[in-house]
This record gives sequence, structure tokens and C-alpha cells, in this order.
Amino acid sequence: MQSEALNFKNAARGAIADPNLRQALSNLETGFVAARSRAAAGLDEFEAMRDAAVDLKNHILANLDFYLARFEERVVAQGGTVHFCATAEEARQTILGLCKDYGAKTVTKGKSMVAEEIALNPFLEANGVEPIETDLGEYIIQLAEEPPSHIIGPAVHKTKDQVSDLFHEHHGKYGKTERLTEPEDLVNEAREILRQKYFDADVGITGANFLIAETGSTIIVTNEGNGDLTQMLTPAHVVISSIDKVVPTLEDVSTILRVLARSATGQEMSAYTTLSTGPKRENDLDGPGGFHVVLLDNGRSDLLGTEKQDMLRCIRCGACMNHCPVYLAVGGHTYGWVYPGPIGAALDPHFLGIEEAHHLPNASTFCGRCQEVCPMRIPLPSIMRHWREEAFEKKISAKSERYGVKTWAFFARRPKLYRLATRIAMRLMGRAGSVRGGRFESLPLASGWTRGRDMPAPEGRTFMDRWTAGER
Amino acid sequence: MNAKSAHRANVGLFVTCLVDLYRPTVGFAAVKLLLNAGCTVEVPQSQTCCGQPAYNSGDRADTKAIARNTIAAFEDFDYVVAPSGSCAGMLKHHYPRLFEGDADWELRAKSLAAKTHELVSFLTDIAGVTEVDAALQGSVTYHDSCSGLRELKIKEQPRRLLGTVDGLSLKELPTAETCCGFGGTFCIKYADVSVEMVSRKAEDIRATEADLLLAGDMGCLLNMAGRLKREGSEIQVRHVAEVLAGMTDRPAIGETEQV
Repeated sequence: MQSEALNFKNAARGAIADPNLRQALSNLETGFVAARSRAAAGLDEFEAMRDAAVDLKNHILANLDFYLARFEERVVAQGGTVHFCATAEEARQTILGLCKDYGAKTVTKGKSMVAEEIALNPFLEANGVEPIETDLGEYIIQLAEEPPSHIIGPAVHKTKDQVSDLFHEHHGKYGKTERLTEPEDLVNEAREILRQKYFDADVGITGANFLIAETGSTIIVTNEGNGDLTQMLTPAHVVISSIDKVVPTLEDVSTILRVLARSATGQEMSAYTTLSTGPKRENDLDGPGGFHVVLLDNGRSDLLGTEKQDMLRCIRCGACMNHCPVYLAVGGHTYGWVYPGPIGAALDPHFLGIEEAHHLPNASTFCGRCQEVCPMRIPLPSIMRHWREEAFEKKISAKSERYGVKTWAFFARRPKLYRLATRIAMRLMGRAGSVRGGRFESLPLASGWTRGRDMPAPEGRTFMDRWTAGER
Repeated sequence: MNAKSAHRANVGLFVTCLVDLYRPTVGFAAVKLLLNAGCTVEVPQSQTCCGQPAYNSGDRADTKAIARNTIAAFEDFDYVVAPSGSCAGMLKHHYPRLFEGDADWELRAKSLAAKTHELVSFLTDIAGVTEVDAALQGSVTYHDSCSGLRELKIKEQPRRLLGTVDGLSLKELPTAETCCGFGGTFCIKYADVSVEMVSRKAEDIRATEADLLLAGDMGCLLNMAGRLKREGSEIQVRHVAEVLAGMTDRPAIGETEQV
């Protein structure tokens, strides 16, 4: 997808003014946050499970080549194929090639953030293959022609009313002319329309939450079961995933599964955990004719051994964005690229370049809540700070900001000068403030502050001034 | 003060730039509380700021220079105490990281980190203070500032001491752990987002119907007071140390003497 990350500030302004978005996001806050908190409290060993999951992922990243080779070996042994792709373009071409091999006119798709990362849908459409999203949220935003705004709830920015309108507008051609308003009716209507598409599709594309090295299986977790239908009823199942998703054994993945759903939606387990191992065998009753795993690197391996490697532990649960006060104020689209919220602020600059994405790691208060709830304990604020340092060194941030910090630091590094300057400035500000009721309604050098807040005035003489004068 | 009970603990007060410049009352309240806890207090003259504005802007070189200045200023004390979770967190967690791999300064940073504490948690956890001699007729609500809460695990310490203030009742804020949107330079750089965050916060604060809003960090307090005042709210905003020290005779943040 085309990056809009540079437009963060304008997009934020628009998002804040959008009452529908505010309503939609408030549901997220009360729903997922409360549910995660209950789920974490309900499992005595939750913190220990997190530690175990972190250790496991660190071990995998230290031995990534070994486990990927093992995974490929097992996939091949089951009759499938692994396609390693270094770049997004390579992955797109590989998938298009597979679609052509199977003569695909339509493909059904389960939810996949990696597919978003490589902008698969517009590419397939441009090449005469129609992709049909089967995850309800993805289906909604496909109708709305929008990108996902959340990594597990792609349409979380939409209110129920907006979905009613959308279905009413698009489902008429299937003979559905009534505008439905009950969530259950809306789901049933979408389900009915999608049902036939599963049978018509030539290729089913899904993502993968995990790749199991010992068995060559891929795993998806969903709450709708759409993934199962997407991959079992088609002549071929194409899995699009990335190299950081590999896990040694089924035993290992059970550890991660226990923290994943609890962190994401507060469920103990997602409704469906689907394992796919190779194509249909001779005596199987059903299953896809072909099994292909497209594994994307797209710069991920460059992170290995760097201070940003911890990002690769991410299991895409979405807890960081559910708990982020910035995300909850501006929504996912404001971030302007595939991965929103704190994990996006850490990841997107790697994919887009810090020049393009510099707002994302800067637009955080470093409140630390993301790191607190991240099941993989990714130090998201630290990674964002690394990006800020890179942006500062490359002089990407606004000149006025850098100049401001440098000027302030010039004084802060020189205690005597600092003392003198602050003593004078605070006396002036204190005096000005005392005749204005103790606060300023506008300040020319801090208009960002005073646009929506008063600026409390300083008391007058600084603490150091008074302390030195002997006051106790 | 178990380990140091043989002599009075000598505390170096890290005033913090916002208390020094904006609200000296908090500095004097901190001194009073520390003296009452049996400490001696000194205020090194060469301190300025912990360096967070530079650190969080990505200016590592200036941050290190400021950090070296702070470390040198406070090395001789038994404890370093700051009336701010954010600045104490900077000294305690970020200074050692800043000097990783620098044999000399890493050691000095770690030694400073080990004896650095935020004011209220120092009083309860180190100095063994169990009650304060203060009175306040009214209800208060408390905002847990992010750094204090998450980096230093300060949560029940201020509530414990506030519980011993005569006449004070606590009305908990359901979103006490949600960031107010200050974020240092964030509040200027991303002003629209910051204002949206603090507006939601102000709405929640008003819903508690408390007479006072307290917190342990000046940044958050200036932000929340600024928004509440803009909305015309009557809620008074103060640093928790002012209440614990019984120094509420000064006008609240963003106010002047009542005429």
C-alpha cells in the first residue's frame, strides 16, 4: 500500500474530528482492554508464560536459518513447496505465478497482514485475478475500499451503522435489498454471500500465525472459521507469511498460543486454531490439491543482531494498539501504512525508511503501556527512541524542533548560565502570569500548547533562587 | 531507614527543572517531608535538568553531556531523591543504558541509579514513613503518572500516605493509569493529539467530582491543570507533595491568590 505516513499530523486532526471513529474506538477500549485484563488475571502463570514465550522467540531468532531450513524440508516431505522471497515484488510475482499455474480467476483470502504489506490485492486485480476477502472485517473494508486500521480487527474503525450502510449499498446485486441493523443479521448476510465464493474460487490464500519446523505445518488462528473454508475447498492453498513466524515444535507453539489470544481479545484460545500440513493425500476426504508457502523476508533479516531485533518477536496480537492512548485517539489509518499503533511506529520506519515514517516513532508519549501489555515484552518505547535518534542524526525532524532542543540543551549543559537565564525568565513570566489569574491563555512561542489548554504561570522566583537566598 | 540508620541519611534533592522553574513550592514541600523523615537535605547547585527533552528528541550527545553533569553533582550523597517519577526514572533506568559500554561512566551511572528514588516511594519504602502530619478538608483524585507507575512501580505508596492526611477522602479515577498526553516535547510537536488525550482525561477527572487532582509529576500536572482551567473547571490541581507536607496555603497550579 502507498504510504501516507508523512501526513500523520493532518490525518490525526481529521481523525480526532470524526465522531464515528471516536465511537468505534471507544468500543475497542472498553472491550479488548477489559477482556485482556480479565484474561491475564485469570491465569496464574500468565507472566511466567510470557517469559517462556520471550525466551522461546529469542532462541528462534538466534537460530532462524536452522528452523527455516527444517521447516522447508518438512513441507517438501509432505508434498508442498516453500518459496522464499526476499522482497515484496518477488512475493507478489510468486503468488501471481501460482494463480496462473492453477488457472485462477478468483481467489478467496483469509486475513493476512503480510498480504497487506506486499499490497497483494491491488496487484492481483491489476493482473486479472479477483481476490475475495473472507474474514468479515477484511470483507467490510474491501467493500469500503479501505486498508485495515488494526492488525486483528481490520474494520474496527467502522461503526455498526456504517457497516449497515455498506452492506445495503453492495448487497443489492445479490437480491438483498433490506437495510439490516442487527449484528447477527449482518453477519449472516455476509456469510450467505461468501459461501458460494468459497466453492467458486480457484486458489485459497491465507496468512499464517506460525510455521512449525518439526511438522512443516502452518497455523492460523481465527474466530470465524473462514480460514478453513478458504484453504480446503480450493484446488490450491497458498500461504503467505514471513520468516519470523517459524516455531520449532507444536509443543512450543502451544506456549505462544496461550498468551496470544489472551493478549489479543482476552479469549483463552481463539475459536479456531487451524493446522495445515501439505496438500490432500491419496486417502484424504478433502483438502487442497497443492500446498505452497510463500515466505517473505522484506528486510526482516537485516534486523537480526541489531538493537531492533526484538521487534521480530511480535506475534501480531494487537495488544499494543488496544492499550495505546495515541492509537485510541487517532485510529489506525492515521499511521498511514500497514502496521499501525506502537508496533507500527517501531516497524514501519524499517520498511518505509525513517525519512518517510519519522512521525510514527515520534508521535508517542512513551507512556510505556504497550511494553507493559506486549506478551513478547518488546521494548517498544526503546525501539521508537532508536528511530528518533536516527531521525535526529539525519536532521529529518523539523528544523524548529531540533533548534529548540539544541538551544535548551546549550543552557542545560551550563549550570551557571542556566541558573541566570531561568531566574530572569521565570521572574518575568511569574509577574506576567500573576496579573492574568495565574495562567496564560495564549503564548506566542507555545501556541501548540495554548491552542487547547491554558499554560499555568510559574510561581515567579525559581526554587534555586529562593534556596540560595536561604529560604527553607 | 534500616541500612543507614546509624547516621542521618544525607539526601541530595534533585529538584527537577519543572519544579525549579514552575513550582518551587513542591521543592520546599519535598525538603520538609525529607527533614521530617529524619534525613539531611542538600541541593547541589550544579544540577539543571535530567536531560529527557534531549533524550526523547533523539539528541543522544546532549543527553549524555547533561547526564554526566547530573551524575557528578550527586555522587557524594547517600540517596538522590526527586519529586518526579519521570526524572527519577530517567536517572535510575536510562542513565545506565546511555553509557553502556563506557567503562567509567557506566559504573558511575549505575551507582547513581542504585541510590536514586522518587520522593513519595522513598518516604514509604526507604525512609519507613507511615504517616504524615497534614490536614486537608476535601476529596482528591489521583493520576498515576506513566513513568512512576511503569518504570518505578509507584502505585499504592502515595495512596497510603494520603490516607493519613486528616479530613482527606480519595475518589479513585477509573482511568488513573491512562496517559494524560503530556509526553514532554510530544505535547507541542503533536499538539492536536495531546489536546485530545488530555481532554478525555479532564472529562474523566471531572466525573469523579473530586475537589482536587493530585499527581507526582509536574509535566502531567501542568498539562491537566491547563486543560481543566481552559474548560473552566473549579478542580484544584496540586503536586502530591504539597498535600503531604501540609503546604496547601499557596495558590493551586494555574491559579492566583483568591481576592
